[in-house]
Amino acid sequence: MSIKMKLLAGVVLAAAAGFAGAAQAQVKEVQMVHWWTSGGEAAALNVLKSNLAKEGYAWKDVPIAGGGGNQAMTALRAMVTAGNVPTSVQMLGYDITDWAEQGVLADLSPVATKEGWDKVIPAALQKFAKYDGKWVAAPVNVHSVNWIWVNKAVLDKIGGKEPTNWDEFIALLDKAKAAGVIPLAQGGQNWQEATMFDSVVVTTGGLDFYRKAFIDLDPAALSSPTMKLSFERLAKLRTYVDPSFSGRDWNLATAMVIKGDALLQVMGDWAKGEFINAKKAPGTDFMCFRFPGTQGNVVFNSDMFAMFKVGAERQEAQYALASATVDPGFQSSFNVVKGSVPARTDVSDAAFDACGKKGIADLKEAVAKNTLEGSMAQGYGQKAPFRAAYQEVVDKFFNGQIATADDAVKQLVDAINAAK
Amino acid sequence: MTIAATRSEPFAVGRPGLVERLQVALPKLVLAPSFAAILLFVYGFILWTLYLSFTNSRMMPVYELIGFDAYRKLWAQPSWYTALQNLAIFGSLYIGLCIVLGLLLAIFLDQKIRGEGVLRPIYLYPMALSFIVTGTAWKWFLNPGLGLEKTMHAWGWTSFHFDWLVNPQMAIYTVVIAGVWQASGFVMAMFLAGLRGIDGEIIKAAQIDGAPAWQLYRRIIIPMLRPVFLSAFVVLAHLTIKSYDLVIALTNAGPGGASQLPSTFMYSFTFTRNQMAVGSASAIMMLMTIVAIMVPYLYSELREKGR
Repeated sequence: MSIKMKLLAGVVLAAAAGFAGAAQAQVKEVQMVHWWTSGGEAAALNVLKSNLAKEGYAWKDVPIAGGGGNQAMTALRAMVTAGNVPTSVQMLGYDITDWAEQGVLADLSPVATKEGWDKVIPAALQKFAKYDGKWVAAPVNVHSVNWIWVNKAVLDKIGGKEPTNWDEFIALLDKAKAAGVIPLAQGGQNWQEATMFDSVVVTTGGLDFYRKAFIDLDPAALSSPTMKLSFERLAKLRTYVDPSFSGRDWNLATAMVIKGDALLQVMGDWAKGEFINAKKAPGTDFMCFRFPGTQGNVVFNSDMFAMFKVGAERQEAQYALASATVDPGFQSSFNVVKGSVPARTDVSDAAFDACGKKGIADLKEAVAKNTLEGSMAQGYGQKAPFRAAYQEVVDKFFNGQIATADDAVKQLVDAINAAK
Repeated sequence: MTIAATRSEPFAVGRPGLVERLQVALPKLVLAPSFAAILLFVYGFILWTLYLSFTNSRMMPVYELIGFDAYRKLWAQPSWYTALQNLAIFGSLYIGLCIVLGLLLAIFLDQKIRGEGVLRPIYLYPMALSFIVTGTAWKWFLNPGLGLEKTMHAWGWTSFHFDWLVNPQMAIYTVVIAGVWQASGFVMAMFLAGLRGIDGEIIKAAQIDGAPAWQLYRRIIIPMLRPVFLSAFVVLAHLTIKSYDLVIALTNAGPGGASQLPSTFMYSFTFTRNQMAVGSASAIMMLMTIVAIMVPYLYSELREKGR
């Protein structure tokens, strides 16, 4: 008995020592929940890791695969409910507001005030990075979704040029079809279809219509003939997609364009990271055009690092992470790799390639002209239930579950109402 | 109540020794932790889910009761009807085909053939795979651009066409194919055990009477396998209702939500669409379905025992 007791005591002591060690180590460590696991994204994140390592902070990854981050958000809920709070979580749009409403996000104002975030980050982003006047998240970048990515060799072979409106776009896709190339590389997940539909709506109805329909959820706009025409145009795009697109990941669709199996992909500018990672150069191997008819408008989403309330012993590391994220040097070097543009407007575009320079110029123009608006498909238009309802209807329509554009409009209105 | 009963029993017998009292209490003591765990984690959470379904919970649970709103929303969702319809298709085909195929395989294997020892595990092994592996493997196999169709085209059979996986009307049937492939070997093992348990004397007597083989199976052997049918049905029925990972891996509930099942519906509403109350309501509806099947079954079982 006494030997057993001694053994037990030893184990308990050892365990306690282990815990104490762990608790101490955490002070110089940041825990990140993110879903940047594909090639270009993972490479971009390494820049931040090494920057923090230089300052002496260790990085603990909690990566969860799956673009769009659905799985990550589910895992996060369990972590927060269990009191096992990560330092920071990659988050999109209204998810940040939702978490801030729960009162679990940290207040970054000391860092933000010191570094003057208010002046350099566009107001459209502040709407999401701030809650109740306090900074709760550090914006990493601005992505825009209204891009098309074109394989230049294929474009030259079929003798095409940059389409600037819907009719030219269709003509270009027809040319590719006639030449026996898959015209449109499309992934088969609902957020990808919905992301494409964002652009279709902007080009069909203009940005004002987009705002009325998705930001204001105006029933008249949602059920308008313009919305019906948008669905009809989406159905037209569906005819240019290869038959086995169901369930395909976005980066596999990008790979089809990189390899020249397909002419182009409609995707946010995170697709550029895949081109860069495959050692392709903009202008010579691939081209980046604004989605035809949307030049001058930027439909954005922005990756942000939402910061969770942590104990005092982990706060220093959290502030260091926030500061390192918004640091101009990092914003430049990260976004060069990732394909997006810096979240702050005072970063030089010297290090960027042609597409990056265009992205930065477009963003500046959009901020000045107030044509910068959040993407509905990416959770920057509405909260999660509405976004999901929107994605579901678009997905069903794209896959033929909803047969006609009239039905699609009707179901969109119903689904939006049901999500209220 | 249970505790009170445990205590009073030994005293009623007089004053037995410590060892005897321990012997009486020991089974109950040993069962207590798992009983408590099940009480909390199964029945406790069922009640919690029921409660949540009457609230307006969205991203996180809230506890203010608002009535049947979540149920109204649930039954207004077109995809909930798709899910129920798919459950009916998947359930009936999956259970039916597994039982038919399992029985046939078992009867053929029971013909004292050579190499039974090799064949039996071959049919049984799919059950050793997880649903995720099965789903992923079949996803590649059935994908028209990667698997069967492409191979057939490469071999020269260019008119071959099999696109069920990406066809919204047919996607649910690919789930049936993968599910049957996985479970029918297991059902075969159950039937094989049943067949081996049948008294040889009865069969010999029937053979002496001159019954042909198919009559022997139809009139004697298959009716005697009734308990196996029941067990197979119960095992397959609960696999049907809880099947989630197979669909997620194979079709991810697509294309366009066409292969949605109640379980995938419940998950997406609770965890990714921030409508936890609607998700809870769908979970309760699933529970009701199971109850509707299980209660008559339990009732008949208990009545037979009582006789």
